[in-house]
Amino acid sequence: MATRVITVDRSLKPGIWPLVLGHWETLKNLVRTLILRQASTIEFPEKRRNVSGRYRGIHILTAREDGTPKCVACFMCATVCPAECIYIESGERPEKTIEKYPTRFEIDLLRCVYCGFCVDACPEEAILMSRENDLVGTTREELIIDRDRLMARAKLLDVGTGYHPSEHDVRRPVRIAAIEKLKQERGIGNSRPPRG
Amino acid sequence: MTAETGTHATTQVLRAALGSQLIDVAEFRGDLTLSVTRETWVQAATLLRDHPTCDFRLFLDLCAVDYLDQPERPARFEVVLHLYSVSRRHHIRLKTRLPESDAKLATLTNVFKGANWFEREAWDLYGIVFEGHPNLTRLLTHDDFVGHPMRKDYPTSERHVLQHPKERLLKVPEGSEKLVLNIGPSHPTMHGTFRVQALMDGETIVDAAAELGYMHRNFEKMAEVRTYWQIIPYTDRLNYCSSFMNGHGWALAVEKLLGIAAPPRAEAIRVILSELSRIMDHIICIGANVVDLGAITPFFVMFRAREDIYDVLEACCGARLTVSYVRIGGLAEDVPEDFEARCRRAMDSVREVLVQAERLLTRNIVFTKRFKDVGVMDRDNALSYGWVGPCLRGSGVAYDIRKDHPYSGYEQYDFDVPVGTVGDCYDRYLVRMEEMRQSLRIVEQALVKLPRGPVIVDDRRVALPPKADVYSNIEALMNHFKLVYEGILAPTGEVYGYTEAANGELGFYVVSNGAKCPWRVKVRPPCFNIYQAFPEMIKGHMLADAVATIGGLNVIAGELDR
Repeated sequence: MATRVITVDRSLKPGIWPLVLGHWETLKNLVRTLILRQASTIEFPEKRRNVSGRYRGIHILTAREDGTPKCVACFMCATVCPAECIYIESGERPEKTIEKYPTRFEIDLLRCVYCGFCVDACPEEAILMSRENDLVGTTREELIIDRDRLMARAKLLDVGTGYHPSEHDVRRPVRIAAIEKLKQERGIGNSRPPRG
Repeated sequence: MTAETGTHATTQVLRAALGSQLIDVAEFRGDLTLSVTRETWVQAATLLRDHPTCDFRLFLDLCAVDYLDQPERPARFEVVLHLYSVSRRHHIRLKTRLPESDAKLATLTNVFKGANWFEREAWDLYGIVFEGHPNLTRLLTHDDFVGHPMRKDYPTSERHVLQHPKERLLKVPEGSEKLVLNIGPSHPTMHGTFRVQALMDGETIVDAAAELGYMHRNFEKMAEVRTYWQIIPYTDRLNYCSSFMNGHGWALAVEKLLGIAAPPRAEAIRVILSELSRIMDHIICIGANVVDLGAITPFFVMFRAREDIYDVLEACCGARLTVSYVRIGGLAEDVPEDFEARCRRAMDSVREVLVQAERLLTRNIVFTKRFKDVGVMDRDNALSYGWVGPCLRGSGVAYDIRKDHPYSGYEQYDFDVPVGTVGDCYDRYLVRMEEMRQSLRIVEQALVKLPRGPVIVDDRRVALPPKADVYSNIEALMNHFKLVYEGILAPTGEVYGYTEAANGELGFYVVSNGAKCPWRVKVRPPCFNIYQAFPEMIKGHMLADAVATIGGLNVIAGELDR
């Protein structure tokens, strides 16, 4: 498309009428805010905005049905983290199907930049983000949150998560179908892995 | 003239003048690189500027690169200059090599006014001495700092005690009765932390000097130890008033290096969000500028629209400011279902506030008296300083990368480029107002023909596989692991990726040696050049005019100091 250049018009004459118009705008805003109560601002903290379903708030570590962490200590989130705020130590699980779990999992929320890369990197949907954005602490140590605190936040899942894998809803059928297919091929029954 | 014959002609001119002093001519991904010996450095730059077939008048960037421990390279340091020719419409990169033992080079400050701060920065960060430079002192780091932090062998764990503040930026003659006035670093009219020191004779500024670096965090050094993917969140912190556009520019620069292109849907969404971000940036610029003049109503009125645009961004990526929404090769995920409705709501509110702001400002006699013929920048000086974006267009140069070098499908959209005639604050204001209207046109068109399809390239070397595949099959899981651990392995080479950010040409000069982290990243921040001209612009003018001028230049500390 050809370049079209337009020269801005600076010949508009200022005068009294523009000032009157300007005051009219100010008056309209006053009426809108004070009388019609259509202010753009909200009375924080009594009222709060509804944040989006992709909001990148404080992290959640998800749990398996038996309450153990879903995390398999693969260190992907710690590797991808641009702020280097995730610290993991791993231990062995008794069952062969899962093998590993995190004995320590800490996120330094003061270092974290809330980019959501850990969620993208997780192959197990073990780490999600919540919509929670209230973060108050009196010491630095308090804001390094550990595995159990990250997992205790799982109740936030009920009120809706924040940033999470986008195929969240379609994922389960895919995975179950894949596992069923595998079982059929290998002739394995429905024995569940032992709980750890 | 096509780009190819243009680059060919430039090479011919330089070869004819310099002969064997032109050491090397290289082309990679469409970027022409000419290497000359250090003795002919100034001659080559002058020739590129003045020769009628070259006409590289727009100074873009000057930086150094440290090639430590690379035996195939003839010298440790390289100094790299980027120029642009508005009439010929192409970029050029001029390089010279400097050995470690004798890292000295003649200054370009007499050729391009903009080279001044860039050379100071290269000295500060790399220790390269520019002979003949009028004021070769530290720029981004503190005066008490020891060493040159961007050198590859600089110990990054080093700590220095920085305790002597720089009291005087200006030389004040003995016994002078004139008043030294500090504006900033923490002052409402300085939009961010940077300082101007002015020598006052009554209300008139006799001399002025600027200081920056208060927010310097050495983004470029951090980028050298981060993968291409991990750098995305860092780019959000450059120009934080329109953070999406920085990520867009970074992604395009890396995609240019990799030789890939994002899918059409991703490009269209990038365009929509970039244009909305541009509107946001201009709203802040104009709003904050008039607050400096004492008018708070337009600021509050215009911020209503900004809030609606932030809602769009938050719905897409879950953050308002630190968006991190782009990925190399596309976007993090598709936009939500109600994306179009949200965009339209934001556009309606932008239209509404534009009408209101127009009524409040454009013909307001108080405003025009403060703005007309104040802070005038003529066309030649603007080019020599390396001004870009709305400020350059305000001075009458119709250089807009979206038109001249369309990226992300800008060639499909119908829009106009507004330019000014005088180059004063009023022109810059009018250009920004018009650009917002043009941005609305672009968003409107992009929304109508938003294509369907994927939002990220289907290439496992660049993009993570879909989560459903990762959860269910081993190939995808392995690709996922490999990409997270190894990062994107870019080919060896160097590119200069540039986009039209809200403030003008935002360039990323990326040097790759084939590893997962870039060897060198240089950001070409648009407001660095613009702010550099500020002390010159206000000399001889009233203090109140300086206040009116600085807001309209839209200097953003995050981008200025990096």
